[in-house]
Amino acid sequence: MRFKDVFSIIGPSMIGPSSSHTAGAVRLGRVARQLLGELPSKAEITLYGSFADTYKGHGTDLALIGGLLDFETDDPRIPTAAEEAESLGVEIAFRTSKDKADHPNTVRFRISSAGAEVVMTGASIGGGNVEIVNVNDFDVKFTAVYPTLVISHHDRPGMIADITTLLGRNQINIGFMDLDRKGRDREAMTVIETDAALPDTIVQELLQLSMITTIRKVDLAERGD
Amino acid sequence: MRFRTLKQLAELCNAEGKTIAEIMLADQSQESGKSADYVFEKMRAYYQIMKDAVAKGLTEDTTSRSGLTGKDAQRVASYLTTTEASLGEEACKAMAYALAVSEVNASMGRIIATPTAGSCGIIPGVFISSQQRFGWDDDHMVNGLLSAGAIGYVIANNSFVSGAEGGCQAEVGSAIGMAAGALVELRGGTPEQAMHAVGLALKNTLGLICDPVGGLVEIPCIVRNGFGAVNAMAAADMALAGVRSVIPSDEVVQVMYEVGTAMPEKHRETAKGGLAQTPTGQQIMKELNLGKKR
Repeated sequence: MRFKDVFSIIGPSMIGPSSSHTAGAVRLGRVARQLLGELPSKAEITLYGSFADTYKGHGTDLALIGGLLDFETDDPRIPTAAEEAESLGVEIAFRTSKDKADHPNTVRFRISSAGAEVVMTGASIGGGNVEIVNVNDFDVKFTAVYPTLVISHHDRPGMIADITTLLGRNQINIGFMDLDRKGRDREAMTVIETDAALPDTIVQELLQLSMITTIRKVDLAERGD
Repeated sequence: MRFRTLKQLAELCNAEGKTIAEIMLADQSQESGKSADYVFEKMRAYYQIMKDAVAKGLTEDTTSRSGLTGKDAQRVASYLTTTEASLGEEACKAMAYALAVSEVNASMGRIIATPTAGSCGIIPGVFISSQQRFGWDDDHMVNGLLSAGAIGYVIANNSFVSGAEGGCQAEVGSAIGMAAGALVELRGGTPEQAMHAVGLALKNTLGLICDPVGGLVEIPCIVRNGFGAVNAMAAADMALAGVRSVIPSDEVVQVMYEVGTAMPEKHRETAKGGLAQTPTGQQIMKELNLGKKR
């Protein structure tokens, strides 16, 4: 099921004019920022398909920037997000691509801060819902409807078992899982959607497992949820 | 969720003796791990945002960032105070409210996507005007949003709710289906009646395609005539209120030509596509061919 709950149909609460081009775009920006783990200092944003054709009229650019600033979909600052980003010293460049993307509303972020870089591709699939399809060249699919862990690790036997055992021991239920690797015995990425948000203590415990390089928590729950 | 289709949803209602709203509330609570109270209150907050958007659209300047649209809701509302609307006061009010929310959206104001922002006016238009008309309390309306959400959940997961994927009627049509089904339940109809309302509404929003079942000018043509009559009055009321067709009508006629010729043959009265080729459409055709006329 691409749409997982009633609030993906009634909702989100958002600033117009387009749930695909504005609310979905805000959420895509937020996911990218959460994958980086902090406010980026630089962002290169490439738009494909309908996003590339119509982003200006819809304010998609403002929404994507708002997301990078970790705004929610109904943040009244979205119309002035570009100015906000500039005052925070975030360097942003937009470009459009004629390349064919799987979904008509696709965007690719290359964002970086002093210590890290993330390249993420995602699509806005309607009604403000999103699908992330690639992170740092790994083909992984997730919607960010649930609290999500994006784990970069080395591919070795038992790794998944170690991760899931640790989660199970902490009573964290896994709703969905996806993984991709760059080749046998090379870098891998595991994405885990959980039913409940994960305390940082568990993330710290996970990081103790050898072979995990980074863990990012993605959680688009509205504040107050 | 325990349902993937509208039929399963209606069956669940009957099996448990619950309304669509009650099923949705229970399943949402189970799925999200949040209490039913939490879900209900979040939906109540959403309903308040819808009301705020109606009020804003009727009173404030809603000129869009592009400058192309704005204040049509106010035109229709003021027309209502001076003229007898063809649609009658109640339907015309629903239309004004729907325009209001849509204009707030276009001017980058706060709305609830239902199911999308492009279609955000329909459910508030129908709900808030009906609430005023029938004197329902907010709890009743929140239940209505839950029913609308259940219907939209099925549509979204089996079809599309975005214009980019399924064309404009995937957004507006879905919202009309959701509003129609929910209104039936709000007015005390059965889950089956609600599901029929969804089907009737969606059939009418399949755009320009001509898909008569069995090639006969009966299904869906007859109900489309009913809807057409209401749409005609809505168009007349909007024009009388001073709402303009920004794209000149002659150009719209040309677009009808363009879209029509671009459509595959199966969607042009051949009975080879659309509703005519649904499992039920095919079954009807088969029975007619065998001479088993009903």
